[in-house]
Amino acid sequence: MTLAREAPAAPPAPMPDEKPILVADEVGLVYGGNVTALAGVNLTVPQGRLTSLLGPSGCGKTTLLKIIAGLIEPTTGDVTVRGEPVRGPGPDRALVFQDFALLPWATVLDNVGYGLRVRGVPRQERDQVARHYIEEVGLAGFEARYPHELSGGMRQRAGLARALAVRSDILLMDEPFSAVDEQMRRKLQEDLLELLRVEQKTVIFVTHSIEEAVYLSDQVIILTQRPGRVSTIVRPDIDRSGNVDEIRRTPRYMELVDEIWAGLRQYVE
Amino acid sequence: MSEVTPRLNALLAPSPGRRFSLALPSIWLWRLASVAVAFLIWEVLGRSPISLALPPASEVAVAFGEMLAKGEMWAAYANSLPPLLTGLAIIIVGGVVIGVSVALARTAEWFLLPVLIIFQTAPVSAIIPLVTYAYGIGDASKIVAIMILGLPLVALNSYKGIQATPPSLIAMSESFLASRFDTIRYVILPSASGMIFAGLRLGVSGAFIGIVLAELLITPTGIGDLITYNRAIARYDKMFAAIVSIIALSAVVLALLQAVETRLFRANARALP
Repeated sequence: MTLAREAPAAPPAPMPDEKPILVADEVGLVYGGNVTALAGVNLTVPQGRLTSLLGPSGCGKTTLLKIIAGLIEPTTGDVTVRGEPVRGPGPDRALVFQDFALLPWATVLDNVGYGLRVRGVPRQERDQVARHYIEEVGLAGFEARYPHELSGGMRQRAGLARALAVRSDILLMDEPFSAVDEQMRRKLQEDLLELLRVEQKTVIFVTHSIEEAVYLSDQVIILTQRPGRVSTIVRPDIDRSGNVDEIRRTPRYMELVDEIWAGLRQYVE
Repeated sequence: MSEVTPRLNALLAPSPGRRFSLALPSIWLWRLASVAVAFLIWEVLGRSPISLALPPASEVAVAFGEMLAKGEMWAAYANSLPPLLTGLAIIIVGGVVIGVSVALARTAEWFLLPVLIIFQTAPVSAIIPLVTYAYGIGDASKIVAIMILGLPLVALNSYKGIQATPPSLIAMSESFLASRFDTIRYVILPSASGMIFAGLRLGVSGAFIGIVLAELLITPTGIGDLITYNRAIARYDKMFAAIVSIIALSAVVLALLQAVETRLFRANARALP
């Protein structure tokens, strides 16, 4: 069993082959003086791995991600990236949004190049980089389209390409596939795994789906509700070297989904 | 005939992709048709014995030509245009700047917003004569009247447009390290442009109402005087010609505004679903 129920807030000992790239230390957030959204969250994110923040709605997982992104300042504690405290958004982190957050008046090419544009990258170079990532996420041929002309899945591919285009080491994904239908979600999950084999990224992935977390993650951090705090940390240890669609059939995958559900159901009832 | 028929056939032939090929030739054709129908109804009403004060459209058109030829119209506009254009410039530039800066700088909000809302809801025609006490009967009064009618509309709509920017787009821009200035020009202003231009259209209409009201109520000069004078001497054809001229001028200014919007935010227009 990898479930560390006895010591809920303590991060598990890092695996020998990984170094932490991002650490949250006693992160707490109090809204308006009396609503505690997060209380003393500790977590360690290993470099080059995918870490999920999993929890029921209202547990503060998106808030935690926004604190990591530097969009919200925590009331207590802090987040460090490679030892440096987070003081706002930085070039080492790029966000993928739940609602895509694409500019409706801009083409896919301009949306994907947005991060480069505001960094002062000249048009030609920006377009070249944007085209590369548009192709990598499987949107080639849609460069001149507008967001409203794309399906939900394609919009999120554009959102992902935009985050990749700024070449940050850490990708922060806020329930990125929750706004698309089930079939598309599976396809996007598979494509994300394929993509991460090419791109060496550290990913922090917020989700409320147990299946999604187990399928994608090297580390699942389960948060409890009100106030949000780390309840359990699970290392799925699933062999992902083979075909991505075989993962869902491994006994380990099914076992873990049941196990996490058993631990979470007390918060739902 | 032989030249027109093939073109007509081409227009009527079903074209792939478009269901209404007749709508294709030009939107202007339909606009002209709409104007023509309105004038036709006016002509019929004018010829029926309803009232002496409603001359048929054709008589008004003749009077219009006569007033142009004799220079009455030009003289009136030489009087009305300078304050009108000055007022328009003030409400367009000032209104957008006030609305945008109030929305962006939250500190000014509590102070300016109530003032704008009071002006928007005030019974303006009751207030306008009072302007005379402060600004006399010159162009200044006309400009103030235009501002009272137009400025709050432009400023409030600009304000609302900025406020309506989706917060996730702003968070997106900030997370990608955009400066405040870049977020404003690449995200907030394009997002608000629709509302800003809607406000400008209302403001321009307000400015035209303002100049006519000012010339009717305080300073009997220019186009307002042309209307009052011809009504007083029962030359209703000339009175209507003056009214039509001001409507036409406001339509031209609104069309110019539309052209500017399309040019500045062309992608927005194209991206409309």
